[in-house]
Amino acid sequence: MISDGVEDEEKWLTAGIAGLQQNAFYMHRALDSNNLRDALKYSAQMLSELRTSRLSPHKYYELYMRSFDELRKLEMFFKEEARRGCSIIDLYELVQHAGNILPRLYLLCTVGSVYIKSKEAPAKDVLKDLVEMCRGIQHPVRGLFLRSYLSQVSRDKLPDIGSEYEGDADTVTDAVEFVLQNFTEMNKLWVRMQHQGPAREKEKREKERSELRDLVGKNLHVLSQIEGVDLDMYKDTVLPRVLEQVVNCKDELAQHYLMDCIIQVFPDEYHLQTLDVLLSACPQLQPSVDIKTVLSQLMERLSNYAASSAEVLPEFLQVEAFSKLSNAIGKVIEAHVDMPTIGVVTLYSSLLTFTLHVHPDRLDYADQVLGACVKKLSGKGKIEDSKATKQIVALLSAPLEKYNDIVTALKLSNYPRVMEYLDTETNKVMATVIIQSIMKNKTCIETEDKVEALFELVKGLIKDLEGNLQDEIDEDDFKEEQNSFARLIQMLYNEDPEEMFKIICTVRKHILTGGPKRLPFTIPSLIFSCLKLVRQLQGQDENPFGDETSTTPKKIFQLLNQTIEALSSVPAPELSLRLYLQCAEAANDCDLEPVAYEFFTQAYILYEEEISDSKAQVTAIHLIIGTLQRMHVFGVENRDTLTHKATGYSAKLLKKSDQCRAVYACSNLFWVDDQENMKDGERVLLCLKRALRIANAAQQMANAARGNTGSVTLFVEILNKYLYFFEKGNPQITVSTIQGLIELITTEMHSDTTTPDPAADAFFASTLRYIQFQKQKGGAVGEKYEPIKV
Amino acid sequence: MDFLVGAFKPPCNVSISFADARTRKQVPLKKDNGQTIMVPLFQSQENIIGEVLIEPTQGKKFEHNGVKIELLGQIELYFDRGNFYDFTSLVRELDVPGELYERKTYQFEFSTVEMPHESYNGINVRLRYILKVTIGRNYISNIVECQDFVVRNYTPPPSINNSIKMEVGIEDCLHIEFEYGKSKYHLKDVIIGKIYFLLVRIKIKNMELEIRRRESTGLGPNTYVETETLAKFELMDGAPVRGESIPVRLFLSPYELTPTYRNINNKFSVKYYLNLVFVDEEDRRQHTMASSSGILVWFFSGVGGFIFMSYSCDLQF
Repeated sequence: MISDGVEDEEKWLTAGIAGLQQNAFYMHRALDSNNLRDALKYSAQMLSELRTSRLSPHKYYELYMRSFDELRKLEMFFKEEARRGCSIIDLYELVQHAGNILPRLYLLCTVGSVYIKSKEAPAKDVLKDLVEMCRGIQHPVRGLFLRSYLSQVSRDKLPDIGSEYEGDADTVTDAVEFVLQNFTEMNKLWVRMQHQGPAREKEKREKERSELRDLVGKNLHVLSQIEGVDLDMYKDTVLPRVLEQVVNCKDELAQHYLMDCIIQVFPDEYHLQTLDVLLSACPQLQPSVDIKTVLSQLMERLSNYAASSAEVLPEFLQVEAFSKLSNAIGKVIEAHVDMPTIGVVTLYSSLLTFTLHVHPDRLDYADQVLGACVKKLSGKGKIEDSKATKQIVALLSAPLEKYNDIVTALKLSNYPRVMEYLDTETNKVMATVIIQSIMKNKTCIETEDKVEALFELVKGLIKDLEGNLQDEIDEDDFKEEQNSFARLIQMLYNEDPEEMFKIICTVRKHILTGGPKRLPFTIPSLIFSCLKLVRQLQGQDENPFGDETSTTPKKIFQLLNQTIEALSSVPAPELSLRLYLQCAEAANDCDLEPVAYEFFTQAYILYEEEISDSKAQVTAIHLIIGTLQRMHVFGVENRDTLTHKATGYSAKLLKKSDQCRAVYACSNLFWVDDQENMKDGERVLLCLKRALRIANAAQQMANAARGNTGSVTLFVEILNKYLYFFEKGNPQITVSTIQGLIELITTEMHSDTTTPDPAADAFFASTLRYIQFQKQKGGAVGEKYEPIKV
Repeated sequence: MDFLVGAFKPPCNVSISFADARTRKQVPLKKDNGQTIMVPLFQSQENIIGEVLIEPTQGKKFEHNGVKIELLGQIELYFDRGNFYDFTSLVRELDVPGELYERKTYQFEFSTVEMPHESYNGINVRLRYILKVTIGRNYISNIVECQDFVVRNYTPPPSINNSIKMEVGIEDCLHIEFEYGKSKYHLKDVIIGKIYFLLVRIKIKNMELEIRRRESTGLGPNTYVETETLAKFELMDGAPVRGESIPVRLFLSPYELTPTYRNINNKFSVKYYLNLVFVDEEDRRQHTMASSSGILVWFFSGVGGFIFMSYSCDLQF
């Protein structure tokens, strides 16, 4: 059925065009032979095609455009006729003899245009007559097109200021009056369109109506082009009349479009000066009108206007733009009781953007906006609508973007209150946005109270908010947000250690509330932040004031210790162990032996009591060895204890290969390169020998269990260790020991029970190559290596 | 055969001409046979002066019983065709009985002739003026020659010319108020008015203004009434809403109107009505007038032109 309708319409259009062309042909012939009577007859017949009711506006437009072109030719002819002496007044009467009204009025407008040009009558009289006569067309579509034709032919003939058609006095008023009247009538027709035809086609009609809206809007454009419409006239006549029409038409589509039009076509300066008039219309619009978009557009334009030049800013202040807009928004929201939250938030968001542009210095305005927003939101509970929450995020992001500085935003007391209306999820999103803003701008948060305020904003990340069900959180998202929060901790920095310490305490206070899931992310960040402070203090050895309350590394270490302990509740022993070791190293650098010892002790306890996984043990032991190796603060006794323990742990690892590797790694503990008092060659050799024994045992075990001895990799690794100490000058490592080891490996490799292992072979081969290379180097090293036979 | 032809041919040619034929205005007149000829135009109280030329054919002499010229104003009713009622009859004797040998012209003059009625050509009635030359003859029929002319009388504008204002309608469907600037128009006038919609409950497709002519002839039981629509003028396209007002501007000059004739010699009357017609979307025509014949307007033949931009809109909406 529908496709039939379309086809039919196509057919009617074709028929209409054919009829039009045929009559246009006869009209041309009459024009060529200067036959006025025929020309009028055929032009009227041609225009009769426009009387159709069968076409949709879209198709009708096509027909209209063709007629329009033909009418241009007719107009030329009328001009010629007038020049040849034909009385234009007679012509004006003659065309009114046409029996059908639509052709009659098209012809009248055409002659009217020539009439004005001839200046035989004042333009205003002709225009007034034309616009009045056009009332005869009450059919919406035909009327709209006719009046649009009138507007088209008259727009260059308005008695505007400076126009050649300007009359004696005050003719601009007439020009404006003419356009306003045409506008009013067109709008009435346009609005009426929706009531015509069956109700089931309402949607289609609304679509058609919106296709026609530009015909109506063009009048406003014409008004804006009239030179004579200065601010006073705009204020006193144009705007009130247009708004009256907009308000009274009570049509959603028209009101929205026309408000938008007003905002777009007239200069910003006018809007600024007539702000209260314009705004007072807003609460009077239909409740269904998308008023928020309209107002947002207005504010956006004004914002851009303000941004365009600093000179206009005083104007804004003069007219109190902010308070007017703010009031208007309040009224609009009051008037539309059931306005959805998204509307409310969008409005405030636009207002905020406006404020930020126009009054960047008035932070209190921004705060007012947020405050008003909170007031409107109060009582609605958490916002569920996802679009609305998006808008809130936009609202809250605006100040961040504008000031590029969270510190400024922190001064807005209502900021966190707005955030309370977000659901947990969005709250987190917003917190992430804030953090990203900080990261992007590398903002340093420098005082304790700012930190407090900031944490209030991002509390969604710090701890579980009430009513939040953990199970729905995506693991990856959670990790990401916690990571970003961890990064945030690094941005909290003050050069003054006292203040920095306060910040750290505050941060600690907050993050400890985060629960076991968050601590593994937040604590390391805090620890490193502390350690940074420690390193800073380390430079200024002594406390210059000797003040008890001042910050000392010792105090910090105490804090660190307590903080890491908090991790035990998680539990995260491996992480804790690493952190203890880090702290121990820092304490080492501060020459605080007891502290360092304490940290090591903690680490050892953790190792013994908490770390049971063998892989974790391996990693842990290597970390312990590595750290311990670098410690120089310990006295012989302490060091011995710790070293002994470490070696003991190594030998107790589960897998033989792990044991072997840990033990040979322990050899480094007895030989610290840059410290003379820590070069115990004998114990190094002891370690290595023990490693060899273990390697051997490992092979035998493998042989017993699986029938082959496994790889020789361990041996080669040990050989490399030998070579290392050999080079370092450990007297206990002799050429013969190395030689023996090489032979042992070679034999092992050739034994039947050994599984071939290309990696191990390659490793061994390159080790041998290294020896060769060192030999060839000559000098002291070459001499040293010379005796080794490969 | 020439003499045979000659035997039936009238023995002379008669022609009537007017003294001021060159300068006098000519107007078209439709003759009985449907042809349109141009004839001179007179008005009452004018002198009708001219000459009659009689030319014997082939130079033969012929006898006559005298020559006379008559000026006749006649009313002819078509249901009584052939019977002319002469309301004006003037005679001038041009020649005494005798013989005519050669062409001869006779001057004639009717001075300040009263011609109270205008020429009219209607459906059932005709009012005409003729000059009739009769050459009387013995035994054989008279030779008669007629010349039509048209009379138009210019009446001064009426001193009282009220506007027409009326509220009419179809109950609960359509209420309108219309207003025409005058009730009496001269023939080149323009009807200016306004139609104001008070209630619209029907789906109007368009609105037309008709000018209707009502011609009544005869008397008493023999009265014949003919109504004819002379003008159909579309005033409005589409459906208005309550409160809308539609301008009316109808130029009368394109239409073949006559002044209103009231009871001409007790024979006939011609009256004009303005009629508003509404066509609804089902193409039903609705006449909103209380009587279907519309509003009576009075037409008269005025003098001089008119001012066209006399229209103004005072009804504020």
